[in-house]
Amino acid sequence: MAILNEEQTMLRDAAKGWVADKAPVTALRRLRDTGGWKTGYDPAAWKEMAEMGWTGVIVPEAFGGSEFGYRSLGLVLEETGRTLTASPLHATAGAAATALVLGGTDAQKEAWLTKIAAGEITAALAVDEGAHHHPASVAMKAEKTASGYSLTGIKRFIPDAADADLIVVAARVSGTPGDTAGIRLFLVEKGAAGLSATPLHSIDNRAHADLAFAVTPAELLGDPGAGWDVLSATIDRATALLAAEMMGTATQAFEVILDYLKTRTQFGQLIGSFQALQHRAAKLFTELELTRSCVDAALDAIDAGAKDAPALVSLAKAKANETLHLASIEMVQMHGGIGMTDAHDAGLYMKRARVAEALYGSSSYHRDRYARLGGY
Amino acid sequence: MADFGTELDVFRTETREWLEANCPASMRTPLTAEETPWGGAKFKWANPDSKIWLDRMAEKGWTAPMWPREYGGGGLTAAQARVLEQEMARIKARPPLFSFGIWMLGPVLLEYANEEQKKTHLPKIVRGEIRWCQGYSEPGAGSDLAGLQTRCEDKGDHFLINGQKVWTSYADQADWIFCLVRTDTSKKHEGISFVLFDMTTPGVEARPIKLISGESPFCETFFTDVKVPKEQLVGKLNGGWDIAKRLLQFERQNISAGGFGGAAGLEIEEVALAHVGSDNGKIADGDLRARITAHKMDARAFALTVRRVEAEAKSGKGLGPAASILKYAAATLNQHKHELMLEAMGADGLGWDGDGFDRRNVRETRAWLRSKGNSIEGGTSEINLNVVAKRVLGLMDHQ
Ligand SMILES: Cc1cc2nc3c(=O)[nH]c(=O)nc-3n(C[C@H](O)[C@H](O)[C@H](O)COP(=O)(O)OP(=O)(O)OC[C@H]3O[C@@H](n4cnc5c(N)ncnc54)[C@H](O)[C@@H]3O)c2cc1C
Repeated sequence: MAILNEEQTMLRDAAKGWVADKAPVTALRRLRDTGGWKTGYDPAAWKEMAEMGWTGVIVPEAFGGSEFGYRSLGLVLEETGRTLTASPLHATAGAAATALVLGGTDAQKEAWLTKIAAGEITAALAVDEGAHHHPASVAMKAEKTASGYSLTGIKRFIPDAADADLIVVAARVSGTPGDTAGIRLFLVEKGAAGLSATPLHSIDNRAHADLAFAVTPAELLGDPGAGWDVLSATIDRATALLAAEMMGTATQAFEVILDYLKTRTQFGQLIGSFQALQHRAAKLFTELELTRSCVDAALDAIDAGAKDAPALVSLAKAKANETLHLASIEMVQMHGGIGMTDAHDAGLYMKRARVAEALYGSSSYHRDRYARLGGY
Repeated sequence: MADFGTELDVFRTETREWLEANCPASMRTPLTAEETPWGGAKFKWANPDSKIWLDRMAEKGWTAPMWPREYGGGGLTAAQARVLEQEMARIKARPPLFSFGIWMLGPVLLEYANEEQKKTHLPKIVRGEIRWCQGYSEPGAGSDLAGLQTRCEDKGDHFLINGQKVWTSYADQADWIFCLVRTDTSKKHEGISFVLFDMTTPGVEARPIKLISGESPFCETFFTDVKVPKEQLVGKLNGGWDIAKRLLQFERQNISAGGFGGAAGLEIEEVALAHVGSDNGKIADGDLRARITAHKMDARAFALTVRRVEAEAKSGKGLGPAASILKYAAATLNQHKHELMLEAMGADGLGWDGDGFDRRNVRETRAWLRSKGNSIEGGTSEINLNVVAKRVLGLMDHQ
């Protein structure tokens, strides 16, 4: 078990209790079956999350947060990941809040972080424009106007963006896709002129949206303007937090498998008595333990401001991708026919797994990045 | 063998001409899920050409090319059947009929059924008139199929069946079922019988089960005091297990020969180039490219193995040990292909339906979900590997 301080232990236990009580997998099913994928969350549950202080975990105390850090927010997300809880917590209090913390002016922090910490608004981070995560490829154009900037272009499959009050957008003031120097971050408010969102009905039934901007008014984040460094650091933090959520999803999948191995009988014995399955369960357990170390290390490195945080983040996401992938496949397979049914949760775990695997970078992306950071 | 060659050439020419004249144009386009020709009394033909094509092929017995003519089959030799296959492939003709009757039941009826049963059932299978479903698995008997509990009692002039099957593919669409039932509770394998009955018999109820892909191809099937005429027993009373196992061999053979449905017809490297991007003609993500290549090489190895197994079988040596790995290998390969396809599509492959997603990609995503059943249906991969380890490699049971 990881070493946690008292605050972290309390936070995790509270999250565990709340998730079990208020956000079991049936909550996601209800959301799905009532068309809730358009907004992606249950407003009442979201309100409770904010009341428990989850929206302010990484927000500085000066702006109404608890400043507990990324490891702490990771603990909460791990718990919500266990039951596939659909909420804008990661997008709002993780990704968008990070961009503001790292890149915002005091006025911007005052204006937005306080509201995020208080749970008054939801927010999103919009970077990718194509089918695959590749932040340097941002093509969206930012042009200077009399009062600020205007953005023109598209964003693809952005978590929790359709209904967000604030979107932090990566766009380019100069250069061409691939070149990072011309990228800046901007703030766009809900309802801005020329902004349109298409909610996507995705396999995980969470809220993702395509965004289109047509000369949409935007405010530059930071002064003189947050660029690639802030964007990469923001993406690193969002990625590590997603890996923590995936860790929870994989752990739960594993526990459901283990439970089934101990209850299902065939050939007059528990299927868990077959060594073919025992070894697969033991291997999955091994992968989970290895992955947990990586996720913890990435979050700790972020909190400590360590230099090797980017490499540890890529390590954590690549491992989380692989382990959750494996867990989701085993969850179906070890349940046999019942694992193929919609009534069983295995399919929901597999669908969420593939979305999370793609968001913030596939394993190929992170392996490549890990090698680049290592200089080979 | 020179004049045999000539004879085969004549057959080839005739077949080619006949196919040219009789295969409707729309039957030479890639098969879509909606137009899959399952046949049967309840079947709705989405494309009228499918029915025309079936009827013409069935007339020649070419829905079951190698079955004897007296039962409606084509009466072709293995060599002729191969020619028919090649000529159909040449014009990209769709299979005229998808049928559990042809793939699974027919072959065992030919081996185990009495004359009257063959005359009754085989021609209707050939013509796609009767659609069959497979009543094997039960809630308590999946991998341990012989643990099945559905009771079949001898009531003098008829059998009375009570119990439940599960995962019965297309039970709600099928006209008849081939069903494993328990006729002796004092023994396990030796207490099982193989019976056929009409799904409209009072007491039969099929309830569709929704799958993770959103479709409902399989059912829970309940039998409450179902009366079955005794002449619908195939083989001997309590002798059903051998028939059951033989049928599973045909099922697995068919699955390995490419019987996995659900492919949306996209080529993986094209998908990757389109969604990941091209770097001078190479898939831009080198890691993904290497994994796709490894998969394509595995697929080639598999295809070559299928060919070798077929060649060995036709040369009269019977099925070699390589045959035993085919179902497991096919399942693994197909699942891997769909995973790579999904990964290559990235965000474009994460759609369930609606705006923002191309329909072809959504179809591929559903096919990915469907493929997860490949390592479960027809016996799980674990059970397949157990069979290879024990029967082929001679390894002993865990004590
Ligand atoms: C798409 C689909 C279509 C199907 N269609 C039909 C149909 O038409 N008719 C029909 O009768 N059935 C059908 N089935 C059912 C299928 O045959 C069974 O699901 C399968 O045999 C497994 O049985 P089970 O589901 O009870 O799983 P279980 O037998 O409970 O297996 C659970 C897990 O334990 C493993 N396991 C079990 N025993 C062992 C062992 N000795 N060693 C190692 N591992 C073991 C299994 O491999 C599996 O991973 C279908 C299934 C699917 C998915």
